[in-house]
Amino acid sequence: MSDLLAARSQMAVSLAFHIVFALIGIAMPVLMVVAERRWRSTGDPVYLDLAKRWARGTAILFAVGAVSGTVLSFELGLLWPRFMELAGPVIGMPFSLEGFAFFTEAIFLGVYLYGWDRVSPRAHLLSGVLVAVSGAASGVFVVIANAWMNTPTGFTLVDGRLTDIDPIAAMLNPAAFPQTLHMILAAYAATGFAVAGIHAFILLRNRTSAFHRHALAIGLLVGAPAAVLQPLAGDIAARHVARHQPVKLAAMEALDSTRAGAPLKIGFGVEIPYALSLLAFHDPHAEVKGLDAVPPEEWPNVPLVHFSFQVMLALGSYLALVGLWATWLVWRKRDVTTERRFLWAVAIATPCGFLATEAGWMATELGRQPWVISGVMKTADAVTPMPGLVVPFVTFTLLYCVLGAIVTLLLYRQIVRSPGA
Amino acid sequence: MTLADVVAGAILVALNAYVLLGGADFGGGVWDLFARGSRRTSQRDLIERAIGPVWEANHVWLILAVVLLFTCFPPAFARLAIALHVPLSLVLIGIVLRGSAFTFRSYGGGREEERRWGRVFAVASLVTPVLLGVVVGTIASGAVTRLPTPYPGFFPTYIAPWLTPFAFAVGLFTLACFAFLAAVYLTLEARERALQEDFRRRAIGAGVAVFIMAALGLLLSHQGPRVGGGLVTATGIVGVSAFAALWGRRYRAARVAAAAQVSLILWGWGLAQFPYLLPPDLTVARAAAPAVTLELVLGALGLGALVLFPSLYYLFRVFKAK
Repeated sequence: MSDLLAARSQMAVSLAFHIVFALIGIAMPVLMVVAERRWRSTGDPVYLDLAKRWARGTAILFAVGAVSGTVLSFELGLLWPRFMELAGPVIGMPFSLEGFAFFTEAIFLGVYLYGWDRVSPRAHLLSGVLVAVSGAASGVFVVIANAWMNTPTGFTLVDGRLTDIDPIAAMLNPAAFPQTLHMILAAYAATGFAVAGIHAFILLRNRTSAFHRHALAIGLLVGAPAAVLQPLAGDIAARHVARHQPVKLAAMEALDSTRAGAPLKIGFGVEIPYALSLLAFHDPHAEVKGLDAVPPEEWPNVPLVHFSFQVMLALGSYLALVGLWATWLVWRKRDVTTERRFLWAVAIATPCGFLATEAGWMATELGRQPWVISGVMKTADAVTPMPGLVVPFVTFTLLYCVLGAIVTLLLYRQIVRSPGA
Repeated sequence: MTLADVVAGAILVALNAYVLLGGADFGGGVWDLFARGSRRTSQRDLIERAIGPVWEANHVWLILAVVLLFTCFPPAFARLAIALHVPLSLVLIGIVLRGSAFTFRSYGGGREEERRWGRVFAVASLVTPVLLGVVVGTIASGAVTRLPTPYPGFFPTYIAPWLTPFAFAVGLFTLACFAFLAAVYLTLEARERALQEDFRRRAIGAGVAVFIMAALGLLLSHQGPRVGGGLVTATGIVGVSAFAALWGRRYRAARVAAAAQVSLILWGWGLAQFPYLLPPDLTVARAAAPAVTLELVLGALGLGALVLFPSLYYLFRVFKAK
């Protein structure tokens, strides 16, 4: 394994691990707050139990998310010092703001978790709201920095150095809006459906438990709207990629040559004529750039990017359909907690949001290669000169595998112990 | 004073807060490891209660310092990350193990499991401060230099600069300081007299260790920077005051003196190597990002402080006021 591949693998493992906890950290506070709000307004103790149990789960997930995030802030330099040296002054701004958002999140999570008997009901609920808001803000700031790597703006490139730096223009880079919207919705959809799915699974065996019915309802309340809106955000993102990152789109769609009226490949050799042009430019005859637009040494790993993108599309579509089903059931005033086929569909959805997010993230990150900053710096030029990078890669991978297994075990135990499980 | 100096000062403020708050959390873990006698369970419970609500927030100060460093002094961050890859990676492993084990422990897995996670938490709390100190000691000794050419091999480039007696003396000194701070704070957290006495004795012991390690550091400091005489005197005075206050069981005064002592040590280091960010050659001015970045970051710091300090005040008032 080359040092470059080891560094990329370590970054991939660290991000893939952190992303799960980041998504949960953004969305889980919303579920807690909804449950607490319902307890305060109805007096139903089941909601209080739910809020406290979710808070307990969030505590452990937040802690692991915080430490894995700390690792990432160092790894940016430990693995990619040349990238940080070049980009730091341009994209440090969102990271600094993220620092404060993270502070707010950590402070009020402390108040929320440990303050049930120490602060007023209003202050407690407000703390939960602040955790939710600052969690979303943290996510937005970090994704803005990533968006800049895809569509870098706010500088002039002179002899490999960045001059005329404008950090505000860098934050407002073209990919910032589509990417942050897509990611925040992903957080709510993935977490909401994961929670709903777990409780749907239990309800399939014990259909009367009020605890699990309430939990399912709140999970769907957060997850379903986000999943239904996600295809729209995806459309915005895809049209953006078509314009600003044509090579990435070509790789996502495995489109070899530039052509007008491009078809959409939906797997197993099936193509929908004109659909890609229609999706990417809202015009069936629009020209879509193919991989031939750039020399092969500037292509990403096309099969992997294409596959990841297809996986994201498939899983995201499934979640959107289940979300629509839920909307329809609610609209028809049917009880979502007793429809067995629906419960099965939700139970199957449990991991789908996380898998879709990982796949989508792989598509966008691998799709940018061989660049770490599109058109500005190659990933190979950013890596640390230190040899033997396979050692930290293996070490951190093992560490994260162990941590992941422990967190899974602890959460499993908590779910098994929940009332009526 | 230039903009770059102000930002460098802000980094030192963040590190100062990390040392006083996060450092004490590490120190708490050390005392968890050395919990002894008939009250060892209540000692551990006290430590857990004291750290629980605040440690996530205390931890963010380090992230803030890192972010400020890579935004405002990117060449320094890059050089540091290359030269100290190994000890920094070890610090990260320590932080990960410590943070996760602390939460896993309070997850109701029964006494046996709690004990095992407690052990991981405590050992990681013992090792990580030493490594953090090693990083600081290596910077202070001027060993974080540009990559030597021709490349002399892995050991001379990536290990030898930090594998020095001075760096490890600073490492042990850091550990002693963190343990000292934690013990002093815990005298104020303890509700019962006996527990308070336990931590008073520990504070005095750790305070002695701080002095011994400081002396050892000075002995080896021909590798390190020169600290101004006035600052040394001031540090000595507050150090002695901390002892006197502990001796007289004036715990609030002891807390102020201990925090002042450790802060003065940190600022002493910062001022001693000024204007160098990474001695012997990389100055604050040369490492600084363009003015526009510094201005915006300082603006963000100002706005952030408006949110941060009231929130922190609230957090500590809710959980730390008697």
